Amino acid sequence: MDALFAPNHPLDQSVAVMAARVRDRSDSLSAQELVGAALARIEACNADLHAFLCVTPEIALEQARAVDAAVQAGQDPGPLAGVPLAVKDNLAVPGAPLTCASRILANYTPPTAATSVARAVAAGACVVGKTNLDEFAMGSSTENSAFGATRNPYDRTRVPGGSSGGSAAAVAAGLAPLALGSDTGGSIRQPAALCGIVGVKPTYGRVSRNGLVAFASSLDQVGPFGRTAADARALLQAIEGPDDADATTRAMPSVAASTPPSLAGLRYGTVREFDVSQVPGGADAEAAVDGVRARLRAAGATAVDLSLPLVTGSIPVYYIVAPAEASSNLARFDGVRYGHRAHDANSLESLYARSRDEGFGTEVKRRILIGTFALSSGYADAYYKRAMAARTALRAQFDAAFKRCDVLISATTPTSAFALGEKSDDPLAMYLCDVLTVAANLAGIPAVSIPCGRDSRGLPLGLQLWGPVGSEGRLLDLAAALAAETGLGYEAPTGYGGPA
Amino acid sequence: MTPAPRVLVGMEVHLQLATATKCFSPSPYHFGADPNTLIDPVVLGLPGALPVLNREAVRLAIRTGLALGAEIAHITKWDRKNYFYPDLPKGYQISQFDQPLCEGGAVEIDGDDGQPKVIRIRRAHLEEDTGKSTHDEGGAKSRVDLNRAGAPLLEIVSEPDITSASEAERYLDALREIVAYVGTSDGNMQEGNLRCEPNVNLVFPNGDRTAIVEVKNINSVRNVGRAIEFEIVRQAREYAEEGRTAENTPRSTRGWDDDAGATVHQRWKESADDYRYFPEPDLPPLAIERAFVERERAELPELPRARRARYRDVLGLSAYDAEVLTGDPHLSAWFERALGGQRDAKTVANWVQGELMRYLNEHKLQLADVALTPEGLGELVDLQSDGTLNARTAKELFREVVASGASVAALVAERGLAQVSDRGAVEAAVRAAMERQAQAVEDFRAGNPKARGRIFGEAMKQLRGQGDPRQVDEVLNTLLG
Repeated sequence: MDALFAPNHPLDQSVAVMAARVRDRSDSLSAQELVGAALARIEACNADLHAFLCVTPEIALEQARAVDAAVQAGQDPGPLAGVPLAVKDNLAVPGAPLTCASRILANYTPPTAATSVARAVAAGACVVGKTNLDEFAMGSSTENSAFGATRNPYDRTRVPGGSSGGSAAAVAAGLAPLALGSDTGGSIRQPAALCGIVGVKPTYGRVSRNGLVAFASSLDQVGPFGRTAADARALLQAIEGPDDADATTRAMPSVAASTPPSLAGLRYGTVREFDVSQVPGGADAEAAVDGVRARLRAAGATAVDLSLPLVTGSIPVYYIVAPAEASSNLARFDGVRYGHRAHDANSLESLYARSRDEGFGTEVKRRILIGTFALSSGYADAYYKRAMAARTALRAQFDAAFKRCDVLISATTPTSAFALGEKSDDPLAMYLCDVLTVAANLAGIPAVSIPCGRDSRGLPLGLQLWGPVGSEGRLLDLAAALAAETGLGYEAPTGYGGPA
Repeated sequence: MTPAPRVLVGMEVHLQLATATKCFSPSPYHFGADPNTLIDPVVLGLPGALPVLNREAVRLAIRTGLALGAEIAHITKWDRKNYFYPDLPKGYQISQFDQPLCEGGAVEIDGDDGQPKVIRIRRAHLEEDTGKSTHDEGGAKSRVDLNRAGAPLLEIVSEPDITSASEAERYLDALREIVAYVGTSDGNMQEGNLRCEPNVNLVFPNGDRTAIVEVKNINSVRNVGRAIEFEIVRQAREYAEEGRTAENTPRSTRGWDDDAGATVHQRWKESADDYRYFPEPDLPPLAIERAFVERERAELPELPRARRARYRDVLGLSAYDAEVLTGDPHLSAWFERALGGQRDAKTVANWVQGELMRYLNEHKLQLADVALTPEGLGELVDLQSDGTLNARTAKELFREVVASGASVAALVAERGLAQVSDRGAVEAAVRAAMERQAQAVEDFRAGNPKARGRIFGEAMKQLRGQGDPRQVDEVLNTLLG
């Protein structure tokens, strides 16, 4: 195991260095070696972490051979040349199962690639496997996986967060330098925070949802995980941009790096409603963010105190909109064309009822029921329509806030990683994990979670940067500047990858 | 004896729009393909597949709406209609709930009293078709064909302005004719391009009304009429015998059984179906520019009913001729081109309905198979009316060019077929004829008028058929004395 995580291992370098070495014909490092090393790390660690539901050596090595062949032929294999990529198992990779961590899709393999996956591969990335998630991305701990929970590499008795917990754990443990996730209410940022890495929830419409199994279509967004802002940016840059196959994508300025912003003159907003210092267990998280705020002011930034009253309604609004859309999106899993079909159904009605009862887990059923109820005749006005109106109003409050400041800064989660099983029987406690993240999805704005030190138990904490629509390039610039200013960043968990 | 009720029929028509590909995905759709061959990930509802709007479907829907005189929405949006059925792969149908593409409009028909009658349109919205389920006898197996799933449908909902079975049939005929004219749908009921569901109920003079019944599974215009007639009798009987009214009977859906010639109860609509409509999050709302709508409006052809009136009232054609010449949009367009805007309509109509139709019938051809262009026929008509060709030569030429498509004028010049109208030549021919038919001349002068025809025929023969019959007649009169 030592050699796997040897100091200065190529997998622990930055993505830019890794790809540059693969692209450099005079450098002996090949894509196949890089991919081989990642596969060896997964082989060694996955039984323990359960970050991957499926490892795809054939796919990864074939892609690596294509990259190496391109290099040998003098062609440019792209900015992610040979970089091992972990893909959340709700994104389609042709030839690999697409389970969404659900029994209902246990045996389903998609015919085509998700646009985000295809673009990353076109940029040279090599898909090493499909990562674990809460079933259909519904959850905040990855415990709702039908195939078993993922463990947090910093403390294997704790959750990695969710729903993209497998992707976050894989990157944090150095099993893959990059991973794709999806964020509907915090499913990239919350596990990124709990695993001490960088995760980006892009502006709604920046990244194609084509090939992402829909949970809540108006909230879902595909985004990157990386150990640094630069790594995450490299992946986001590869996958961003309008897609003919997704009518909700829009053209917006690229996230390509610009001149690092000066922290002097930066106006950062502190939102009263995002203060978790009084929330049980939230003191550490707020204190960590306060530490960064102090460094910012010391560097010449200006603090702006704000109130966004509608933020307090984010969770109820989210838990109407997301289940409502999910109840419709998951109707296609009916046992008729693909996926799990009950064996002993004796009528159409029982085919539906039994296939879905056997195929879906408890949390998914709970949300389908909530959503079906929220959309029912006589209730839709009181619930779904009011929730949609609240989203519009919330968006307006964010717009007003971004007239007064450049960025909002908050904790990503009220607490660090909780213990496996701690909240499994308490769905409401689980829902509150997203209290600091869902507002960005409801408003369609981008937000980035970056490492923000450790709490009193030595577990990673995350800091969240929020910006207006289309600003994730600037958020990543700022994340890099903050890391440089504060020295806060990814620290490999004991026993896993070295410093990036 | 219960006094006669008033009949109220509202019509829901699903019109399949003639796009090359489906409403929200790239698969083509056409009738009659092998099952499940016109499909793609979107049609199958595969996980992660997203709908992408086919703008041509919107254009054809707008064009149809304009032809019906509807208001076209400035902003329209899509909604999901949620229900489970095996021929609905996603578990929801993409449709339009509260912001339809078209609102208002009307179809004019001949009412039962022979006077024009307006059937108002409530709304028309765009949605995707479902697949097709077929069930074995006895219910052992069901099969699903998703070829049709995702084909674009315009659902046209009328107000209950139709008051009889025959009006319902005329409404459907008029609608089919309009969409055929504007080219937005094949409107073929047998192939399912046009499907309709009449909603029927009765209102009695005392104010009692029967519960609305929706009739499904009707496959021809004639059967729509039969189904409505059946419902009128059935509902009136249930009212008279059992006192059934909307007060004590829920709405219901019945199916048309063609063999039995009857509607059969399918289900009660105790409460409104809950389809849990909500805005389709995968498709942004669509803003429809006025310039686009106006361009489509400007490109609409004259509609059949207006054209029929013009043929009668302006061109002076008989009602029958006007009906025949506008009944088929292709024939009508052909006739319009042959008219060329200034030719005598009756003459052109006679050619089209006489020689052209005879030719098509004889050879079992379609208009599209005819080599002769409408302009070519126009040329022939011109050459006849300016005296260059006589009727016989014109007909002979027609038979030739209808198959070859050759230019009439060129043939006339090439073969010297122009009518002989030189008086000297005609006189010489008549004299020659009188010499050759001396017996006939004698008979005529002896008082047998029929003998004159033999001399006339001989004269025309001398002129190789190219004489102007009136001129020959006149010369013959002079010389016979």
